[in-house]
Amino acid sequence: MVAATETIAAPAHSAEGRSEVIAFFVMVVLLVIAPFFIYPLFLMQALCFALFACAFNLLIGYVGLLSFGHALYFGWASYLAAHAAKVWGFPPELAILTGAATGAVLGLVAGSLAIRRQGIYFAMITLALAQMMYFFALQAKFTGGEDGIQGVPRGKLFGMIDLTSHMTMYFLVLVIFLAGFLFILRIINSPFGEVLKAIRENEPRAISLGYKTDRYKLVAFVLSATLAGVAGGTKAIVFQIASLTDVHWSMSGEVVLMTLVGGLGTIFGPVAGAFVIIAMQNYLNALDQWVTVIQGVIFVVCVLLFRRGVIGEIAHLLRIKL
Amino acid sequence: MFEIFGVPSQALFGQLLLGLINGSFYALLSLGLAVIFGMLNIINFTHGAQYMMGAFAAFLLLNFTGIGYWPALVIAPIVVGIFGMIIERTMLQWLYKLDHLYGLLLTFGLALIIEGLARNQYGSAGLPYAMPDSLRGGQNLGFMFLPNYRGWVIFASLAICFATWFVIERTRLGAYLRAATENPTLVRAFGINVPLMITLTYGFGVGLAALAGVMAAPIYNVSPQMGSDLIIVVFAVVVIGGMGSIMGAIVTGFGLGVIEGLTKVFFPEASNTVIFVIMAIVLLIRPAGLFGRTA
Repeated sequence: MVAATETIAAPAHSAEGRSEVIAFFVMVVLLVIAPFFIYPLFLMQALCFALFACAFNLLIGYVGLLSFGHALYFGWASYLAAHAAKVWGFPPELAILTGAATGAVLGLVAGSLAIRRQGIYFAMITLALAQMMYFFALQAKFTGGEDGIQGVPRGKLFGMIDLTSHMTMYFLVLVIFLAGFLFILRIINSPFGEVLKAIRENEPRAISLGYKTDRYKLVAFVLSATLAGVAGGTKAIVFQIASLTDVHWSMSGEVVLMTLVGGLGTIFGPVAGAFVIIAMQNYLNALDQWVTVIQGVIFVVCVLLFRRGVIGEIAHLLRIKL
Repeated sequence: MFEIFGVPSQALFGQLLLGLINGSFYALLSLGLAVIFGMLNIINFTHGAQYMMGAFAAFLLLNFTGIGYWPALVIAPIVVGIFGMIIERTMLQWLYKLDHLYGLLLTFGLALIIEGLARNQYGSAGLPYAMPDSLRGGQNLGFMFLPNYRGWVIFASLAICFATWFVIERTRLGAYLRAATENPTLVRAFGINVPLMITLTYGFGVGLAALAGVMAAPIYNVSPQMGSDLIIVVFAVVVIGGMGSIMGAIVTGFGLGVIEGLTKVFFPEASNTVIFVIMAIVLLIRPAGLFGRTA
């Protein structure tokens, strides 16, 4: 079984891999010089959401599962990370790991329920479970209800590097983002990733070939939730706050929007989408009350006219894989 | 006055009644979702926003033209239904050949637009809608006091639900509809205008949501976010009942409303989440839903 999947995977690497590698290094260079020109706090926010969107894209783009409740992992991870850093006095690296663990556990529970149904029901179940946990967050004592958890200390990385400076913090966020990004790249280019794509294309056929597709879907779901947890935990440390906004269904909608704008199932799409949407929110501040409407319009336009997304269109024009 | 498990009967019956009211809205909305899903293969995320539009239509009719509750009960669903049909013709019809998920994403976007516009115009605070004079007051049933309006809502939604069930399951039109759900190409070959039927079905489902909105207006305030809070619960109801059967949608809707009402009496902290917990349990025991068939 292993040998068979590896021969399927092999050609994908050599022929199409080059454009990805070039694009990856362009992205790294841009992100390294960016904080010297652009406000680092904005970049950090965009990077957290970019990782969140990449995690979401792992499910929709490579397994064909639309999770409409990803705010659950993102938001609860930010709560737990904030709580760990503030109340338990965890250093930032452990607080973020707490976030990752939160995402993993919640993803295991929600995922094993949701994969019992397919397609449209899967989306509704993930949304409903996320809404349930939203109400828990609203009522639980430690989350601080409407106020959220405020004044979370950034602390010292490994007890040595002070993260108070935005610049230092930025490079930690960049390292976390790149690690998550490369991890996802590794997943989708592995034999495991090829099976996921097979499930996306034709699940009954994958089952008939002997793959336990439910198990593959669950592992992918947990991986995605864990990475969303890393993103949420990092965001809590960067902005020193965890709030209800991050567990609300509109956050789940936002991550779908970012991925859709960038391009579903493209590697760099979610990153581009996250930057576009976050930039829109930050620089169109004057249009504050119109943000929901604008987001809705973008959804409609993307679905009707622009289903490949920004990166998807570029890749299509240049006939490369991005 | 007597007590049941230490709860005064008045409170218990009061919450049961409230549960039945909520249940009638769950039933009406999940019925509309099921009918639309059957024909269009699309989960209509805009359903909550269209419910809200129904309530706003009633509110605007009353405050700008002086048209009262009873005419609004007919006008609002027709207006919102026509709006729905325009959406179906201009947008949704291009998505039928694509993955179902695009329909969900498009209708989600539409819901954001409608809600955002309503919020910009009217703010997030609720607007009151006066109860029609003919339904003020109530009946003393001996064991509890039944406000007339609430009795009317329960009666009306039961009647609408069963009328819908009758039309779909027992009439010729319903037979065409069910046939077109199974195999649209074949039904089209028999000379039936399937695209028109799809448009009308969507209009009907949307009209049902608007009707529920008008009925809800005097009970809850009319507010832009009244639909989005409700639609997620209705999704859970749909997952529990399964969208395969009309009767299933009705029974599940009312049943869950009652369960939610009882939870409010005995364990108020869980009243927001009980339906989602039931959904999780149903998924564990009967993944296809209570009335669903495994696809």
